[in-house]
Amino acid sequence: KNKGLQVLKANSGFSSGGSTLLGYIGIDTIIEQMRKKTMKTGFDFNIMVVGPSGLGKSTLVNTLFKSQVSRKSAGWARDEKIPKTVEIKSVSHVIEEGGVKMKLTIVDTPGFGDQINNDNCWEPISKYINEQFEKFLKEEVNITRKKRIPDTRVHCCLYFIPPTGHCLRQLDVEFMRRLSHSVNIIPVIAKSDTMTIEERQEFKQRVRKELENNGIEFYPQKEFDDDMEDKSDNDKIRETMPFAVVGSDKEHQVNGKRVLGRKTAWGIIEVENPNHCEFAQLRDFLIRSHLQDLKEVTHNIHYETYRAKRLNDNGGLAGGEPLNGLSLKKQRLFFI
Amino acid sequence: MLANQRRVRRRIGLLCGFNLKKKKSVFQQQKNLDGYVGFASLPNQVYRKSVKRGFEFTLMVVGESGLGKSTLINSLFLTDLYSAEYPGPSHRIKKTVEQSKVLIKEGGVQLLLTIVDTPGFGDAVDNSNCWQPIIDHIDSKFEDYLNSESRVNRRQMPDSRIHCCLYFIAPSGHGLKPLDIEFMKRLHEKVNVIPLIAKADTLTPEECQQFKKQIMREIQEHKIKIYEFPETDDEEENRLVKKIKDKLPLAVVGSNTIIEVNSKRVRGRQYPWGVAEVENSDHCDFTILRDMLIRTHMQDLKDVTNNVHYENYRSRKLAAVTYNGVDNNKAKGQLSTKSPLAQMEEERREHVAKMKKMEMEMEQVFEMKVKEKVQKLKDSEAELQRRHEQMKKNLEAQHKELEEKRRVFEEERANWETQQRLEQQKLEASRTLEKNKKKGKIF
Repeated sequence: KNKGLQVLKANSGFSSGGSTLLGYIGIDTIIEQMRKKTMKTGFDFNIMVVGPSGLGKSTLVNTLFKSQVSRKSAGWARDEKIPKTVEIKSVSHVIEEGGVKMKLTIVDTPGFGDQINNDNCWEPISKYINEQFEKFLKEEVNITRKKRIPDTRVHCCLYFIPPTGHCLRQLDVEFMRRLSHSVNIIPVIAKSDTMTIEERQEFKQRVRKELENNGIEFYPQKEFDDDMEDKSDNDKIRETMPFAVVGSDKEHQVNGKRVLGRKTAWGIIEVENPNHCEFAQLRDFLIRSHLQDLKEVTHNIHYETYRAKRLNDNGGLAGGEPLNGLSLKKQRLFFI
Repeated sequence: MLANQRRVRRRIGLLCGFNLKKKKSVFQQQKNLDGYVGFASLPNQVYRKSVKRGFEFTLMVVGESGLGKSTLINSLFLTDLYSAEYPGPSHRIKKTVEQSKVLIKEGGVQLLLTIVDTPGFGDAVDNSNCWQPIIDHIDSKFEDYLNSESRVNRRQMPDSRIHCCLYFIAPSGHGLKPLDIEFMKRLHEKVNVIPLIAKADTLTPEECQQFKKQIMREIQEHKIKIYEFPETDDEEENRLVKKIKDKLPLAVVGSNTIIEVNSKRVRGRQYPWGVAEVENSDHCDFTILRDMLIRTHMQDLKDVTNNVHYENYRSRKLAAVTYNGVDNNKAKGQLSTKSPLAQMEEERREHVAKMKKMEMEMEQVFEMKVKEKVQKLKDSEAELQRRHEQMKKNLEAQHKELEEKRRVFEEERANWETQQRLEQQKLEASRTLEKNKKKGKIF
């Protein structure tokens, strides 16, 4: 921590050039203040998992947050019937670590991609995401606002790609194309212990090329990189995406240590070993470095897009339901 | 002695393709022979004949893309059916049924192996009726065989019927997908379906057990009839069969890359955490599948296809055809419902009735046409009549006009004539007067 503070040239009115001040003011303690505040209030994080059944979505989420947080945490529900339409089920937990409380919501989508005819199976999901935006918008537009608007917007969507080893399926492309503009999509290769290392590399390259060809921007999006540092970090991440992951919530003994992994007849697959799979990378990326960024992108970009569209539609024509029950004229006055 | 005979019987049965179990009762009354006759060499003769002829086997693989179908076929037959120069259907995007033939020789025995692949199965967003091309293909093969069987010259009967269908189930660990259930329900009556769990190195042994139990439960629930291994008399074979039945559906891993493990060269897949060996029965059920498919049950698969699936198809097809009375070429021989004479009588009656109906129809049509024509003629006649009247009237009118004109003209002429005469008279009168005057004046 520097004792001194450098004044950077900001806008006119300040003294030019960088000069060290005489004495210590203490502006840098704002970080500490923010941290204390956040610890007290805690924060929300909503993650959605999408993919056909049997790809290990619930297991992965359990592994990510090192606790039984998914929908399937109650028992070994392997023989659950596949629902006839896509359902949206969300489960919330409050987990705490180092004094920081997080309200984690997992939104699961059973029935996605499981039917014989999967036309429009992305519609319930799209509707759900828009509903959350709508809820937030309504709260924001209210005359008397709550002190802290409960945030149920989906911050991140993990899309599970089945490890066929060939290329993306049409369903995958369709889904990602339609939803990459309303939510942050992170594609993930599920059950990657099916593939050897070479197969995995080839598959990843092919998937990346196909995503590029179809114009699908997954998170972290290139257009939202703020500066060079961000860009270089994100470029590195983008090169290794989609992450090839393996999930497991069982522990085994390896070399005297207890690790999470899968035990097969020919070896133990360690989940957190970077040589075996990229789970550790995904976890660091998702939780340790980009959690706040995910929320910010959702709030500043996806939510704002939705809000602009909604207000334009509403304010322009007489159709569309008014946001807070006021007539059109009154709304106009309100927005001025 | 008895065990030997049983084995001989079974081998004959296997090679000749029919079940000798039915004749058990006859054989039990057998007599002991006094000397050596020599018909014990019958199996050898059959064997030599079949080896010369060669065998045919058609195998169909069905499953979503990326489940390792081509790799498994390569591993099963230890060849590279699909190689870099001749890429498999997975690298070509077509949505049809594809066939590749390969002639394999081993120990003097030839096998013409046909692999039918189904690329694009279940890959689209909307997969309804993706099983239809496959069903059509199987039916067309049955039809070809039926046609060649019904021909007069039956020298060569190429058997391209599908003997076995390997259905690949994705290793989700949960259960069967709706697509799997639909497909198997539609195909279990047409072909021998053997379900397999693909890419089984994804599952741990416990997950694999659970998954298999779940699948078998669902198969029984939906009453899907997968291929059943036949029971035999032999005790040890029965034990083997039972072992296989316990492990259904077989969980397989395919690979043709050779890796060194413990200074042994084995086929397998190399992972950072170990090597999954293809031929190790602790790792996967590949060896069981290979033995079952090629070494012990290949002939039985062909028999079941011939005796059960093909006969079902044939009886269904023939019953349907003769009911319609359309194509009598295929209606040779037995029908399950009526005797041939009654059938013919009925056909004749039908034919006569049809003829009568047609005749009546034609008469009706004819009458109608006649009426129409008559009507038309009448109409034109009336039209002509009308025109005739019209013209006559016109003529009369003209005539009258002319008469009128003539009268007027005559009148005028008459007038003019009288006027002329008057003038003449006047002139004459004046002349005579002048003459008179002249005469008179001279006085």
